[in-house]
Parts: sequence; C-alpha cells; structure tokens
Amino acid sequence: MNVVVCVKLVPDPDSVGQLDATTHRLRRDLAEPVLDPGDEFGVEAGLRLVEAHGGEVRVVSMGPERALDAIRKALAMGAARGVLVTDDGLGGSDALTTAKVLAAAIGREPFDVVITATESTDGYTGIVPQALAELLGVPAVTFASGVVSDGTALTVTRQTESGSETILAGLPCVVSVTAGVNEPRYPSLRGIMGAKSKPMDRCTPVELGLEAVGGGAAAGQTVVSVTAADERRAGEVVTDDGDGAHRIVLLLAGARVI
Amino acid sequence: MGRMATDTAPEGSRPRLDPADLYAVDQLLGDEERLIQLTVRDFVRERFLPQVAEHYAAGTFPRELIPWLAGLGLFGMHLEGHGCAGASAVAYGVACEELEAGDSGLRSFVSVQGSLAMFPIHRFGSEEQRDRWLPEMAAGRAIGCFGLTEPDAGSDPAAMRSHARRAGGDWVLSGTKMWITNGSLADIAVVWAQTDEGIRGFLVERGTPGFSARDIEGKLSLRASVTSELILEEVRVPEASLLPGARGLGGPLACLDEARYGIAWGVLGAARACFEAAVEYARSREAFGHPIAHFQLTQAKLAEMATRLVQGRLVAHRLGTLKDAGRARTVQVSLAKRANTRTAVEIARAARTILGANGLTLDYPVARHMANLEAVLTYEGTEEVHTLILGKAITGEDAFG
Repeated sequence: MNVVVCVKLVPDPDSVGQLDATTHRLRRDLAEPVLDPGDEFGVEAGLRLVEAHGGEVRVVSMGPERALDAIRKALAMGAARGVLVTDDGLGGSDALTTAKVLAAAIGREPFDVVITATESTDGYTGIVPQALAELLGVPAVTFASGVVSDGTALTVTRQTESGSETILAGLPCVVSVTAGVNEPRYPSLRGIMGAKSKPMDRCTPVELGLEAVGGGAAAGQTVVSVTAADERRAGEVVTDDGDGAHRIVLLLAGARVI
Repeated sequence: MGRMATDTAPEGSRPRLDPADLYAVDQLLGDEERLIQLTVRDFVRERFLPQVAEHYAAGTFPRELIPWLAGLGLFGMHLEGHGCAGASAVAYGVACEELEAGDSGLRSFVSVQGSLAMFPIHRFGSEEQRDRWLPEMAAGRAIGCFGLTEPDAGSDPAAMRSHARRAGGDWVLSGTKMWITNGSLADIAVVWAQTDEGIRGFLVERGTPGFSARDIEGKLSLRASVTSELILEEVRVPEASLLPGARGLGGPLACLDEARYGIAWGVLGAARACFEAAVEYARSREAFGHPIAHFQLTQAKLAEMATRLVQGRLVAHRLGTLKDAGRARTVQVSLAKRANTRTAVEIARAARTILGANGLTLDYPVARHMANLEAVLTYEGTEEVHTLILGKAITGEDAFG
C-alpha cells in the first residue's frame, strides 16, 4: 500500500504568534519551527498502514528550505522518502494554491492513500484535504478518528456530534485524521540516524508543471487588513456573604450556560 | 565610531533568544543531534514529568519507562554494533542533558546502563560476552549495574576489599559493594575485585548463589532512582564471566570517564529546568506591587544563572567535540564534570531562593533537582577528587594520599 502523508513546518504552537504589520502574514522567524504536531498523527497512521500491508510512506511538504526539518522528522519516525516543493514565490500561498502544489507533487507517482491532518496549526483554513481530493479526482474522508484497512479498502471512523459513523472507502482516497486518531511514536535514535540516508527530493512548482502559482499577486486570495478582537471585559466578582453560591448559580443561569 | 550592524535591528523585531541558551549553543548541534535533543525532550515532558513527583515521594523508579527508553535507543547509544545505535558523543551528551532536565535519577539509570555496564562489556568483554549481553541490554530486557564503590572505599577504589580467587576452573568472589545505582533491578552486575593479578572485572548474574542486593532506604537525594548494596558471599562464577580485557584500576576508571562525560552534560539539564522554573515564577509572582522579576536582586540571580548555563554548555560541547575526535583526556572530563556540577548545584540553590517556600516542595522541580545534585556532586568522582586530578595535571604533583 503506497501511502502519501502531507506534512507542514509550522512555528512552535507553544509560542505566541505575531503577524507582520504590512504583509499580515505570520512571522515565521520568531518561533522555533517544528513539524506540525497534527501531522504526527498522520505520519503514524501512514506507518501503521504500511506496517500492516506493506508498501511505503512518502512524505510531501510545501514550504521553505527549513521544511526539510519536518520531513526529516517524519523520515526518522519511519517514512521511506520525502519530497519538498519549495520556491520563494510560494510564500504566502493560499489554501487552494497549496492544494494545487501538493496535488501535483503527489500525482507524480501512483498512490493508494493520501493522509493529512484536518487543518494546519498555523493557518487553520481546514480546506486543503478536500481541495486535494478534488484535484486528485479521488474521494475525501474527513475528520477520521480511526483508520484501518484490509489492504483493499479503508474502514474509517468519523466522530460526529451525536456519536460516530463508520465509512468504507475504496482506494485511492484522501483521509484527514484528527488528533488522537493514534499515539504517534517517538523517532528512535536509529531512525534519526538512518533518516539522512533516505531519499529527499527538492523541486519547484515549475518542475511540477505548475507555471502560475504562488503567493502574493499570484494567490487568488489576499488579506487586506487585520483587526484585533475586542478585549474581553473583566468578570464580575461575587463577594460571598453566605449566599455566594446561589448568586453564582443565578448569574450562570442568566448567561444560559446552565 | 560606527554602529555595529548587529545593534541596529530593534530587539522586538528579531527572533526571541531562549533565555536558557543566550549564546545559541543549540546552533552548534547538527540536524541529527538537534532532532535527538527534541525527541528526548518531548519524551521526558510527556512520559516522565507527569509522574516524577509521585515516584520521588515514594522513592521508586518508574520501571514501566524502561521499554520506552530502549525503544528510543538510549541504552548504550554511543556504542557501535551489537544492537547499539552508534551515535556521536555530542548526541549522547545532548540526550543526557534532556534526561536530567527530567530528573538526575532518570539520567543515572541510562548512564549506568550504557556507560557503566554496557561500556565495560563492549570495551573489555569477550566476543561471547558482547553477543550475549549487549543486544539484550540495548533492548532493555537486561538491566546492568556497576559495582566498584565499597562501604569503606569510595574515592580510593584501590583500597577495595572485595576479592576473587581462582578455584578450579571458576572464580570465587567475596565482598560488599555500596551505593550501587540499579543494584536490585539489575540482571547483570559488573563487579570489580582484587585478585592475584590485580583488580579484575566480573559479570555476575542475578540469582547466582551467594549474590544478593539490598536497597538503601532513607535517601534524601536521587529518590526516583534505585540505590543498593551488593553482597557477595563466596559467589562462584565461571572463568567465562571474567572480563578478559581489563586489568588493574584502569578498567573501572575508563568506565567512570564515560559516565562522567554524560554527567558533564546531564547536570546542565537539571540546571536549565531550575532556571526555567525560576524565570517563570519570577515573572508571575508578585511582591510589593510588582512581579519579583522586576527587582534587581532577582535579576542579578537570573543573570548569573543564564551566564553560568551558557558557560557550562560551551564547555560540554567542546568536550563532546574532542571526544568525537578521539582526543578527550581524563583531565578534560574531570574539569567539565567538576565545573558543570558545581554550576548546576549553584543554579538550583539560587532558583530555590527565587521560588521561596514553594521552591521546597514537590509541586515545582527545583527542590527535587537541588537535592539530586548533591548526590551528583559526590558520585562519579567527588568534587575534591576532580580538583586533585586537575591539580596534578597543572602542577605535575600528585596530591592523592
């Protein structure tokens, strides 16, 4: 089973994000870049599929040169090889552009399953998986909380508000997995040291046959302004004169939270 | 005089420096070493730290983590072959630093397994001994310990009373070993004893008649680590359990150099954990209407701590580079163990004062590290022993004894 996992290098989600005042883009230079923690679940899901059914995991990423670090971590976890699509012009790409680039990189070789996170931990657009499926001409099964396979199809569990549903999906398909779908492994030392001898390709959008994609003017979407949210008002202090609990209950009931 | 280019960019627009690494020593690490660092750091934060206070209070080691440590490949990681990862000395140092940012007991467990038990088998053992023990120990299925120190012989190991005599084709060992990390957990003990041929090393398996281990109770340091006494009463072991490559005190001392190397890095992890706890506390705790970080006395402590951390890490990294080049000398290892352990002890104590009474509880990592580091100051060569090693190298005068 040939599995492709899409990964992204993001600023450490534990750090405080900051937007650039003129471009309105996230300042990626201010925090330590890491493999998106959401993508670790995807890599783990991919590794489990190939461990059960053979084949290999190919990791695909779009990003700056440093995104090789994200690919390297996935290779250290056990993926077989990686592809990075990188070009200065891709900075600030919107979700559709990202999906076009990833689809072009993925479609160069046959695949059975493409796994992504449900959304990235920096952009949070949440539409790349569906766009990828459309561009690749395969079904999308989203928000998977469980993925198993018999080798010919996938059985995917989707969490819903009222319970869960089970979907049988033919191959090939795109699956987006939620955090908690599995417990991602730690890369072993041997894996880390072996990663450097695994194939890691770099290519540009033009090499993938994409002429007019990119961020800035080439992107179909531009952020024109950013406004800070109103600060939350200070809460109300209830001084307990013996009836504190009762008054808090009344407040909560008034706010319709109980 | 022109302004220097490095001063022109306003601080706010530049990536924030990590207060615990103001000289970006991490940037001296290779991609691989950096990934090892982050992996061990994640492991410690996610699997170890949530339970360490409980184990510390109970005086137990979290044994359920042994398969995880093995899975990461940490046991004997700097050794080549026989199931070991063959990582660089710098990578081993970085791993020790991250483990000890968790607890000195966790780093001690890995140090003893890799540097004190697996290393002598790897360096001095027969091919048969290596094949039998190293893959099992790398996989964490066999745990090792190192028996050198005795109740009446610590800094002066040549004064050991444990002895072994030939009896037919076997050896018979008698004696007592003290302060043995992992002693009662161990499946295999590397025991050093006097013989007619000088000091020799033996592999003594758990369950061998006459061999027992008794845990030392009531420790106020390294509580999340097992420390035992090994008792050998006419223990008969075959000739095949003798380490053929080690004769004299040089054998055990070579092992100590390995372990001391890991400590030189490890203690800086404990120091960093204390420093970070102190910074966080100082920024949030208020007194006299300000966060205590606002006060000059607090800042003076933090400035000193940050400086010492940078200095220690530069020493450790340089030592690692020398070791990877095969050029590290005993005196250099002693310098780093001595200086960095002292640094860590002082950072932990200063951090403790910033946390006030909270710094004395298990709710914060500081008291735990502070107490642990007292043991680290003593084990693997006391501060005094390392001072004399330095003194001898500098003056040519041997001040031992």
